[in-house]
Amino acid sequence: MPTVSEVLNTMDYGPSPEANGHVKEWLAAHEKGFGHFIAGSFTASNAPRMDVFNPATGEKLASVYNGKAADVEKAVQAARKAFKSWSALPGFERARHLYALARHIQKRERFLSVLETMDNGKTIRESRDIDVPLVARHFYHHAGWAQLVETEFKGLGPLGVCGQIIPWNFPLLMLAWKIAPALAAGNTVVLKPAEFTPLTALAFAEICTEAGLPPGVVNIVTGDGETGAALVAHPDVNKIAFTGSTEVGRLIRAATAGSGKKLSLELGGKSPFIVFEDADLDAAVEGVVDAVWFNQGQVCCAGTRLLIQEGVYERFIALLTKRMQSLRVGDPLDKSNDMGPLVDPVQLARVRALVEKGKAEGGTLIEAPCPLPPKGNFFAPSLFVGVDAASTVMREEIFGPVVAAMTFRTPDEAAAIADHTRYGLAASIWSENINVALEAAARVKAGVVWINSTNQFDAAAGFGGYKESGFGREGGREGLIEYLKPAGKAAAVSAAKAAKLSGAPSPLKPASAAAIDRTAKLYIGGKQARPDSGYSYDVTNARGQLIGQAGLGNRKDVRNAVEAALKASAWGSASAHNRAQVLFFIAENLNARAAEFAKRLVEAGATPRAAAAEVEQALRRIFYYAAQADKFDGRIHSTNAKRQTTLAFHEPYGVMGIICPDEAPLLALVSLLMPALAMGNRVVLVPSQGQPLIATDFYQVLDTSDVPAGAVNIITGQRDELAKTLAEHDEVAALWYHGDAVGSASMEKASAGNLKVTWVNQGVAVNWADDAEAQGREFLRRATQVKNIWIPYGE
Amino acid sequence: MAQTQAGTSGLGHNALPRNPGTPLTTAWFEGHQVNTSAAERRAATLTTRRSVKKEYQAAWLVKALQCIDLTTLAGDDTPGRVHRLCAKAMRPLRDDIVEGLKLAEMPRVGAVCVYPSMVPHAVRALQGSGIPVASVATGFPAGLTPLPLRLAEIKYAVEEGAGEIDIVIHRAQVLRQEWAALYDEIAAMREACGPAHMKAILATGDLKTLRNVYKASMVAMQAGADFIKTSTGKEEVNATLPVSLTMLRALRDYGEATGFQIGFKPAGGLKTAKDAMSWLILMKEELGRRWLEPDLFRIGASSMLADIERQLEHFITGRYAALSHHALA
Repeated sequence: MPTVSEVLNTMDYGPSPEANGHVKEWLAAHEKGFGHFIAGSFTASNAPRMDVFNPATGEKLASVYNGKAADVEKAVQAARKAFKSWSALPGFERARHLYALARHIQKRERFLSVLETMDNGKTIRESRDIDVPLVARHFYHHAGWAQLVETEFKGLGPLGVCGQIIPWNFPLLMLAWKIAPALAAGNTVVLKPAEFTPLTALAFAEICTEAGLPPGVVNIVTGDGETGAALVAHPDVNKIAFTGSTEVGRLIRAATAGSGKKLSLELGGKSPFIVFEDADLDAAVEGVVDAVWFNQGQVCCAGTRLLIQEGVYERFIALLTKRMQSLRVGDPLDKSNDMGPLVDPVQLARVRALVEKGKAEGGTLIEAPCPLPPKGNFFAPSLFVGVDAASTVMREEIFGPVVAAMTFRTPDEAAAIADHTRYGLAASIWSENINVALEAAARVKAGVVWINSTNQFDAAAGFGGYKESGFGREGGREGLIEYLKPAGKAAAVSAAKAAKLSGAPSPLKPASAAAIDRTAKLYIGGKQARPDSGYSYDVTNARGQLIGQAGLGNRKDVRNAVEAALKASAWGSASAHNRAQVLFFIAENLNARAAEFAKRLVEAGATPRAAAAEVEQALRRIFYYAAQADKFDGRIHSTNAKRQTTLAFHEPYGVMGIICPDEAPLLALVSLLMPALAMGNRVVLVPSQGQPLIATDFYQVLDTSDVPAGAVNIITGQRDELAKTLAEHDEVAALWYHGDAVGSASMEKASAGNLKVTWVNQGVAVNWADDAEAQGREFLRRATQVKNIWIPYGE
Repeated sequence: MAQTQAGTSGLGHNALPRNPGTPLTTAWFEGHQVNTSAAERRAATLTTRRSVKKEYQAAWLVKALQCIDLTTLAGDDTPGRVHRLCAKAMRPLRDDIVEGLKLAEMPRVGAVCVYPSMVPHAVRALQGSGIPVASVATGFPAGLTPLPLRLAEIKYAVEEGAGEIDIVIHRAQVLRQEWAALYDEIAAMREACGPAHMKAILATGDLKTLRNVYKASMVAMQAGADFIKTSTGKEEVNATLPVSLTMLRALRDYGEATGFQIGFKPAGGLKTAKDAMSWLILMKEELGRRWLEPDLFRIGASSMLADIERQLEHFITGRYAALSHHALA
């Protein structure tokens, strides 16, 4: 230890280690290894063991089981058993339990912080000031939801057993994000922590016990990816919630396809960090520190693509480079360090490899000059300059303390570069001009947008991505609903399989002779189009009589329709009032031709009375969504900060594919099309395969109702073939499918490509005449994704 | 690191080239953005990112002590009171604490800060100590007396032996964005100071917005301020970390543009050893080691010293100290 006089000269900070005696004692007490936490106690298994290391020192901390399917089985059984009584508890009782968990987490806050730092390598400042307080906050917030869920979400109930798989970057916080809403909604849980960082989850298991949580409500199975796969595959699990890589998210999407498991995925990102020339540059520099050199850059929403307006680029890089000089990397238990080690040597190797690639591609790497400890997985805070949009380090998620910078010229260009990515998790926008900032926030395709700030989190706001960053939200009202489903039994009427269509001429005679023959075409980009195939198929009515022909659409027609829909982007930015007007106008024009549509329905086999009723109900349904167009509002979340507003917008997906069922050819069509349109989506619609002529008449209604070209496109033909092309199309952001069970599964599977959001009927027919089932806010919710925009203010 | 303890009274506060000022250059500050919530965030987390313990903490507290402008600015100040304060300035710590810290000599505070009429008393009391006398002037604290009187006050204090003059700016000129008028007044004050170093008090609590703080800082430096200082201690809101952060960034930017190093003095509301640590961390993080010396950093305070003494005693003895065991200032 230097003398006071010596320090007076150097004015160094000196060491300031956080004591870890309590944690070491706890680890010593568990020296023999941890069991899985099943049905309220740590249980032995014959699964092999794996060691857990301190990434700062390489020392072994503990050993845990690498869980096998048999372990998962036991845990799911325990959760299933506990579900019955847990879900039956009054909200108040569940709220009391969650409140107790929040309280106990606070009582153990420093223990959990120190343990998290030792297990994960994040600095004690972060675990102490950010992670653990957010964990407690999450349980408090959801204690509130447990109390309120019955009244605030009338008609919805818990899902059952939730399988939850969490990553190693925020081990305890991700556990809280998963467990708190699941429990609040009345579900029970089997959670698998990451193999690198299982220890705070196991400490949490003990906290569940000391807080008096009933056995089996929370079960924790340790293990690696295979353990996770066993949980995903388990037939008695009702939901999978996963946070992790996009690659694994895709596997889980494919693995759960057709299983009926509800799914939410919070995946990777390469988020833009946009600095406009009128920003407070010093503030934005601190923003970069908090974005990329937070948690060693192992943050899915990190703003790692630094986009700087050309006029301030030099100044900004100079300020940032200077700021890097005071960053400190080292022992994460030292209270004066800004960064600790990466979580594992594997991660360090990955970061190094990507950085080497960045250099090889011509990028210039600027590293923080701080010394790094000789041992442990340390990597210096780094900045790439001299890179461009095509550089690997600008495109790939590095998941390390590395940011890459490039310039843009105009707000338009910033928006274009920002969205030129497969991801859409977060964005950070820096400008002192409210017009510039809000415009950029509105345009960027990301689930979370921070204006003049970054990496802000709170239990009251949803977190989650657009595009290949996943779907579903965690936190807030929009997060809780991911753990709920309509209460009561769904009538399990199987939907019809689609018949195989032929393009050959028919031996049948028409049921009635038309005065002039009519040709039903496809409807693409506001124009009637002949099918690319040049084939048509026969349309017959319920009695097997020929009533006409419809185009046999193919892949290219789908491609053209998606192109047209992409071009019709103005529909998404039209005012809600404007969209409402168009929908009302559709109803007006349909009404004018009501008799004609009823006749079509009769032709297809309906009784005149049923046909008239279907048209009438279709009109009412269009009115409903016209009415909702400017009323399905977003929210202002009460996030935990003063002088800040968090706006949750309901945004359209963009281009949606909608596959209609065979039945109720008019009513089902409007029931699916109208909510999507009302929310601003552009739609490629495959109408009833059996009765497509209603839809091809319907485009004439669209034509006369000021629907912009490309906002609705209609492709008739072989349902599942067209659906599959849509499911595989990377420009289609969401897909609704009403067909058979096999088709539902294959749509979910095919959607994994760009992780589009799917809503499939799992082969169960909908009673379209029932307003309670076939109309309502759920359709609007499914037609939108929530974007949370955080706006701090104050002068 | 060069030792740059203040020279003898009246000869200026350091050996660095003095800031001669620049012509009024509004382009350096008009349009400069300061985001308040971001500044608040940085300020709030800055002191949680660094921790100083044991020997290091003791040294840092001694450093803080050396940077204190030990101040009395009350209506009931008397020659006796000033005399007592000066005695404390020269012997801020008990001998046993100095010994316990193994310091080569008794440390001393940065300056003693008084009203103009108290300057002669302070100069007499501090004679031979090397501790400069700082005097507030220019109609402190409101700064609304006529300019000739304000300038005359400066000249009086300098003639009586003050080595440093803490002037107050005319807040209305900031609130009305009258930069030329503000510049002219401060430049005139700087001229009146002659060899005495000038600290420009911005009274940031009156300026309200951080952008005003940045602009006023820049004008004061362009007009030749040697130091910029937050507050008189009489405004509703005194020195805060976000305000200080903004002033440091202005000071940094001015330094980059001109090559001159400007000092910083937070004042008002800094009472505890913990406050001292917070501001030292702020200085080191934002400006670097060089700004931890009393020629570029002062803390305007009166009661902080007593708390530092107690903390230092605790460091040596491991026991918590009583206020009454240390000499009264």
